[in-house]
Amino acid sequence: MFGYYLDLAVRSLKRNKMLTALMVIAIAVGIGASMTTLTVMHLLSGDPLPGKSAHLFYPQVDTNPTNEGSHAEPPDMMDYRSAVDLWSAQRADRQTLIVDSSIKVRVPGGKLPALMETMLSSTSDFFPMFNVPFQYGSAWTSEDDARHARVAVILADLNDKLFAGQDSVGRTLRLKESDVRVVGVLKPWRPLPQFYDVVGGRFSDGDTAGFYTKPEGVFMPFTSGLEINDGNFQQFNCWHPPERPGHLEGASCNWIGLWVDLDSAAKVADYRRFLAGYAEQQKALGRFTHADNTRLRNLMQWLDYNGVVPRDVRLQTWLAFAFLGICLFNTIGLLLAKFLRRSGEIGVRRALGASRAAVFAQCLVEAGVIGLLGGIGGWLLTLAGLSLVRRQPAVYADMAHLDASMFIVTFALAIASSLLAGLLPALRACRVAPGLQLKAL
Amino acid sequence: MTMQIQPILAALRRHRLATLLIALEIALACAVLCNACFLIISRLQLTRVNSGVDESSLASLKLTGYDETSGVDLNARVLSGLRAIPGMQSVSVVNEVPFGEHAGTAGITLDAAGQHKGGVVEFYVGGPGSFQALGLKLISGRAPEPDDYQPITSFVPAEGSVLVTSVLARHLWPDADPLGKEFWCDKFHFRVVGVVAHLARPSGGEGGPDTIEWSVFAPAQPGKNLAGMYLLRADPAQLSRVLRDARASIAKIAPDAVVDLPSSQTIVELRSGYFQQDRAMAGMLVGVIVALLLVTALGIVGLASFWVQQRRRQIGIRRAIGATRGDILRYFQTENFLIVSFGIALGMVLAFGLNVMLMKFYELPHLPLYYLPIGALVLWALGQLAVLGPALRAAAVPPVVATRSV
Repeated sequence: MFGYYLDLAVRSLKRNKMLTALMVIAIAVGIGASMTTLTVMHLLSGDPLPGKSAHLFYPQVDTNPTNEGSHAEPPDMMDYRSAVDLWSAQRADRQTLIVDSSIKVRVPGGKLPALMETMLSSTSDFFPMFNVPFQYGSAWTSEDDARHARVAVILADLNDKLFAGQDSVGRTLRLKESDVRVVGVLKPWRPLPQFYDVVGGRFSDGDTAGFYTKPEGVFMPFTSGLEINDGNFQQFNCWHPPERPGHLEGASCNWIGLWVDLDSAAKVADYRRFLAGYAEQQKALGRFTHADNTRLRNLMQWLDYNGVVPRDVRLQTWLAFAFLGICLFNTIGLLLAKFLRRSGEIGVRRALGASRAAVFAQCLVEAGVIGLLGGIGGWLLTLAGLSLVRRQPAVYADMAHLDASMFIVTFALAIASSLLAGLLPALRACRVAPGLQLKAL
Repeated sequence: MTMQIQPILAALRRHRLATLLIALEIALACAVLCNACFLIISRLQLTRVNSGVDESSLASLKLTGYDETSGVDLNARVLSGLRAIPGMQSVSVVNEVPFGEHAGTAGITLDAAGQHKGGVVEFYVGGPGSFQALGLKLISGRAPEPDDYQPITSFVPAEGSVLVTSVLARHLWPDADPLGKEFWCDKFHFRVVGVVAHLARPSGGEGGPDTIEWSVFAPAQPGKNLAGMYLLRADPAQLSRVLRDARASIAKIAPDAVVDLPSSQTIVELRSGYFQQDRAMAGMLVGVIVALLLVTALGIVGLASFWVQQRRRQIGIRRAIGATRGDILRYFQTENFLIVSFGIALGMVLAFGLNVMLMKFYELPHLPLYYLPIGALVLWALGQLAVLGPALRAAAVPPVVATRSV
């Protein structure tokens, strides 16, 4: 039966090529626009660590003892003492401190001019916690953390620049004035967003494209990173200006982040209690005043809280769907015209015994064929749209590609929307009274 | 025009559903059109911010990677080295430039105890010559004098005479003369000696577009905590060449420093980069509007063509009993006008609804009322244009059709 309806649909569509083309174009343009923005949205709002993200948490305590500023939410980072206290307690399965700084990188004896790179100072748990892929060598150990070892892990990009992509494990890098040994090289790694560095989204006015930059070029143990780059650290915020800008260890500034790995609800509850207990204890010591202002958000909640998807991308998505809506209204109108024009034909079919359901099904098949054709056009337009997106200045632009799942969504959306558009015209068509139409013939 | 609307309405009543669909499409198009145009205009207005400085004559040069204890020495070498470049009008030390990275953002208070908050402002800290080089326009008080350039041990001088923008002065002291007024930033203390017309903060309007000019100019002696960032001034025609020479000469003047290329550009380039995203967004919105109008027009063409074909016989009869071609043409034009008008009426309500929704999520003001008549005119014109083809075809139907059976 379906094959017969398909045949009828194709015949009917061929009969008025102009009207068919108009409908297909309308669907294709609508699908092209909405799938382009939806693909970008899918890229930017995805889970950077599927399967793992629910176990990763970002603890926050209110380190600011003054009444300045709002205490509705704790600051996005911690001061040195709070961060190191919480980390040293080792109350989670894994935990890592993180802080970014800018550092001069050279290869001793090399011909290349010095580069400025961003360095992430973290601890050995960073790599297993975030499933960081290694190309050569491995992470440093917790002993390296403890004895302030001068070791580093570098990103594939930097390895390409400095060592022409060769296995550089064991080679020496000069970071600022210190020589460090390379112990590992990462594979090209590009989590979207670069989740572990996300802070301050609520102050960014929706301009959050910066959360999608590439990871740091250099990774070093927290202890040694702080030593060799002292004087070059940036605060997230301060409640008193630092004595010496850039030297933040004893300063009244928040500048360090902490991530913990907790793989069961019981451990999460335990950690929450531990965090509250720590804040209470610090209040008793006179260091905190807002002890009850603690948070423990998991990775996706943290990204959500920071509103990582840029406001412009969300706006584009809304616009594209409003546009698809207009294209659908258009298609409904044209399908209605097309079906009702064949009232005579439908009347004959009804008189010969076709049920209303059969007429309805036949009309929907025709709408579906238009959707399929529109889907092909929409897919091509989506590819064109994404190549336009890749030419945009945004940092994530190079990542905008149509993956398999979005390819399927393109056709599903095209056919679903054309069926939706066909619903009302098909209902009208199957209510055609056979007698009246036959008389008119 | 003696065209009777009654028969048109009667005919439309027989095609209620199709009429309603086209009207709804027009309504949705009207809502999106008005709001998208409004978004474009607001975006473009943002990019027209007045930085207050002589943009076309200025460039910034940022050095990093040098030993931070050697700032004094670096300043001396760079200032004398760069001043030797032919065409260079002046070189001075600053902490930041408009449209560059921000370096002096801090909250201020209007009393020493820190009880009365003044908001988060931007401190432009500049060494001798920088005030003149920036080309700031003084509107009251005085420009910094040689004694005002205070040594600096933190990110701002501990005590100093500063200049504020007129916007910031009005915010801090709405009804008083700002000259001589004091404010604090933690333990640092400042006194206002002058007011400048405009000076936009580097990273746009942090805390909303209204705060974009909350800037303070604090004169300071370059030193360890004010080093590495230089403001170059040259004739606009020579500026790119001067900047290129300056970047190249750093390898000789300060071999241990690294030029931060993204921050070492002319202010015009920095400005263009800063607003790139806004321009891209405005371009995309224009694309959406064009596609939208196109699809709407195609819809009208499709449905009108269908109606013309459906009514061939009736048109023939009307022509046979005396209607002119003009009458038939006007019939379809009036019909389109009525449908579009109905859509526009609905669309205006929708446009306001959409605007209220956008205002909830984005920092947008109310949609100005004059967008609505403009949107209506555009859609009426679009409707008339789209229907013209089918209407002309209808007018060309010969009266003889009436005598034939379908």
